[in-house]
Amino acid sequence: MSAPGTDPSATMTSGKEVLKRIEYSGEMLVNMGPQHPSTHGVINFLVQTDGEEMTRAIPEVGYLHRSIEKIGERCEYAGFMPYTDRVDYIAAMFANQGWAMACERLFAIEVPKRAEYCRVIACELNRIASHLISVGTMAMDVGAVTPFPYALREREFINDLLEELCGARLTYNYLRIGGVAFDLPDGYSERVLRFVDHFEKVLVEFDRLITQNRIFVERLRGLGVISRALAIDHCLVGPNLRASGVDWDLRRDLPYSAYPDFEFAVPVGTGAVGKTGDAWDRFWVRTREMQESCRIVRQALQKLPEGPVMAKVPRRLKAPEGTDAFSRIESARGDMQYYVVAGPGEMAHRLKIRTGSFNAMGIIEKLSRGIMLADLVALIASLDVVAPEIDR
Amino acid sequence: MNAAEIHARLSELLGARAGTLSAANKDEAALIAPRDLLEVCRALKTDDALAFDALMNLGCVDWPGKSEIELVLHLFSYARRHGFVLKCRLDRAQPRVASVVPIWSSAEWLEREQFDLFGVVFEGNPDLRRLLMPDDWIGFPLRKDYEEPESWHGISTVRESPLDGFVRLDELKKKLAASRAETVKAADAPKPDGAP
Repeated sequence: MSAPGTDPSATMTSGKEVLKRIEYSGEMLVNMGPQHPSTHGVINFLVQTDGEEMTRAIPEVGYLHRSIEKIGERCEYAGFMPYTDRVDYIAAMFANQGWAMACERLFAIEVPKRAEYCRVIACELNRIASHLISVGTMAMDVGAVTPFPYALREREFINDLLEELCGARLTYNYLRIGGVAFDLPDGYSERVLRFVDHFEKVLVEFDRLITQNRIFVERLRGLGVISRALAIDHCLVGPNLRASGVDWDLRRDLPYSAYPDFEFAVPVGTGAVGKTGDAWDRFWVRTREMQESCRIVRQALQKLPEGPVMAKVPRRLKAPEGTDAFSRIESARGDMQYYVVAGPGEMAHRLKIRTGSFNAMGIIEKLSRGIMLADLVALIASLDVVAPEIDR
Repeated sequence: MNAAEIHARLSELLGARAGTLSAANKDEAALIAPRDLLEVCRALKTDDALAFDALMNLGCVDWPGKSEIELVLHLFSYARRHGFVLKCRLDRAQPRVASVVPIWSSAEWLEREQFDLFGVVFEGNPDLRRLLMPDDWIGFPLRKDYEEPESWHGISTVRESPLDGFVRLDELKKKLAASRAETVKAADAPKPDGAP
């Protein structure tokens, strides 16, 4: 065999072969993933495709299964908190809050008002950071690379703010059962307010850059339409559900923490550019939610009450065996639920975490029938799935 | 509607098959017989006053002491804005129950997950395969008596610990306290030669 490059005819394809390839129209089964950048983590899609048009895509998950639920059964209630960070590392504050609230219900602990406000501020900042990743990567996945660094630049400011609050940039471990670990540092309100003022202007720029961008809108309109009935049947949650026209937000409709104290709007998809529940609606809902989060943070800082940030929590947390508690919170990826059953000692007997990404993955096979391969990438991005949250 | 009202309406529709409503727990739950599950779920979804259009959560709890696996369903209604919890107890040796996929599509993945981790067979689920574990995995990891295999396809699941002889901090504290008590005892004991 000659070295590559010495005989050009050896690497050239004959015209006959090219013709054969064009005429070929058999279906093939292609693996997309597990290490594919558009899968936002490690997920494999078994794509049954005939050229560009897919018959269907079957998601294969489990590559990031770290048996967090099993760990929860071998860990004391308070000691499990850092593990919840790893459930969803892009919006870890919510995973913290779900666990804290489940335990507070189980042990009937009343959280001080100031702690609830600290939670709201931290969570809403985290929601902005999470949505920035979502909208940035979604734009990148459909080919617009420019918005991504802009989104990440803003997210860095939030990472800095949250680092100042709890010492960590991703896996916060900030919340405690009965409150939060640290009070707001000196001058924190001013710095957060300065960021919010700055960020609201950036959002307007961001909308001009991408949300209302003609090419982007044309690319996403009418893509991956999820009707209202389908969304509820598949139990889609959060921004994905609201984009399908369901006017439901746990923070407003089933209020928890300090949310009843604040005024905010719940953006709902209307099909402004295409059909209700298309990929653009999901993108748009997230951009509006960032705006509303800014409003909530501003109000929370204004109304911030004085007082302790930790409740009096017994040193040993114990509940009668078999008692169960269920918590629901509105995470960045929607309704996140913790179901905990108390064990005989200071550990849970069973812990079940139901996350938004898990349900969103269940709908992909149905939506992928008959769409283009490139649209699958946009569809996954628009559902904002995070792989560790699916597998846990 | 609250849980008691929902259960009253369910009893009106199905009689004794609506099961009994627990009162002791934080979230009241109706305990029903496994063979009635599909029928109860259908009534919960189709009845206009109940209208449970979403299955939020489906989980199993293993109770080896009672030799049963408890199936817990958290339902929610976006139309009526209320929630409800259903429970049913399955035989641990042969856990089988009807799938609720014909009623709520979200059950498909939730049931697959519970099949994978608990070995509960949901009859009628269109795609009952392992979800999180590899397809050829043996055993059901979230059962209480599960023992992790030592290897999988020649890959060891056990690693030698570099901290061999490592003592847990609380045990170390206990040991130290015991040895300190020994020293104090020895110091308090009268010296044989009467020295101070």
